[in-house]
Amino acid sequence: MESARDPIPFRPYEPGTQPPYDVPAYGSTHKRHPQEALARLPHTVTEVAGPRFNPSQFPPIPDLSAVNGKAALGERIIVRGRITDEGGHPVPHTIVEIWQANAAGRYQHPADQHDAPSDPNFRGEGRVYTDEDGWYRFISIKPGAYPWRNHHNAWRPNHIHFSFFGSGFAARLITQMYFPGDPLLELDPIFLAIPDKAARDRLVCKLDMTLTEPEWALGYRFDVVLRGHAATPMEG
Amino acid sequence: MPAATSGQTIGPFWHLIEHPEWADLTRFGAAGDRIELTGSVTDGDGAAVTDAAVELWQADPPADHLFPGFGRCRTDARGEFRFTTLKPGPVPGRGNAQQAPHFAIALHARGLLKGLVTRAYFAGDPMNESDPLLSSIDDPERRATLIARSRGAGHWRIDIRLQRGPSGETETVFLDV
Ligand SMILES: [Fe+2]
Repeated sequence: MESARDPIPFRPYEPGTQPPYDVPAYGSTHKRHPQEALARLPHTVTEVAGPRFNPSQFPPIPDLSAVNGKAALGERIIVRGRITDEGGHPVPHTIVEIWQANAAGRYQHPADQHDAPSDPNFRGEGRVYTDEDGWYRFISIKPGAYPWRNHHNAWRPNHIHFSFFGSGFAARLITQMYFPGDPLLELDPIFLAIPDKAARDRLVCKLDMTLTEPEWALGYRFDVVLRGHAATPMEG
Repeated sequence: MPAATSGQTIGPFWHLIEHPEWADLTRFGAAGDRIELTGSVTDGDGAAVTDAAVELWQADPPADHLFPGFGRCRTDARGEFRFTTLKPGPVPGRGNAQQAPHFAIALHARGLLKGLVTRAYFAGDPMNESDPLLSSIDDPERRATLIARSRGAGHWRIDIRLQRGPSGETETVFLDV
């Protein structure tokens, strides 16, 4: 039986907004997607509660564009955006993890065998927190496109990887931010795995001249919505 | 209001945000019943998944500045992971139900366009019999995929299969959350 003390569950995902597990055009899904039906689990404290990170134990890394004061090669960018939940409420003081390839399309990672130069002055990892109104900001370099072996002549569009936690473990989100006008987007099985076009397009950031700093860096805006609760508790 | 943002795979290069110490949830000095949870991740060929991020979350003991309640561990070249944490106690379920002690486990990897979520319970815990999730899974072989086995004092093990294996090994129960 349900009880009035039950935690308020997160909303179900909107149909078409999340990629399926089995995507034939993305070869790595073949042997890794579950074939049995998922077991339904009404949310309990395990799903509704989640980790909290604080800057003293998990220090911010807000600038990926330089190491020890030496600037990385490539096009410097500023990325800023607001994190809200599906009710439109800002998600304050939440951690944002970031990682990406360098300007040449190479990850500082032993498994990346792409024949492109690594850059010792590029930091592949970032970590920032939202402020009390849900805003985050970091500085980086526009990542390069890179080849992958999914199919003949496969290239990933320029992208930055993001990880968000939100207010509960069932709101966990790992995604990728893309750049406007990238012709590789329409060829990318990972991007195209999201059925709903409007949802896909929300992963593409927008050039924002109010974030752009003259003579220094282009600014891009990337807003993110995390799962919200199915019902709003009475306020007041 | 717009719907929640779409997920995308964590990809093969997520280790740029990997910090091996995150696999030890006791590193900030938490005291309690310290245990190790080890396991493996395998795919539909029975091959080790060597590039996964395994995330552990537990609502008990409650997280505080000494105990994050959350950990992350990479799978190694044999598909193995290892966490050090505190053994959770029971937590409330919905209504008047109690849930047996358990961990939530999320898997992120190349080939997973969104994370997979499962749980690890503890073999032999008498509360398992009345746990709402375990009770909802009729097939005993499937139910067993959610239960970590004791490997001696303070050591528990759970093996996660993304698909039925080549010799008929049972696919892990993943959760629609
Ligand atoms: Fe990538």
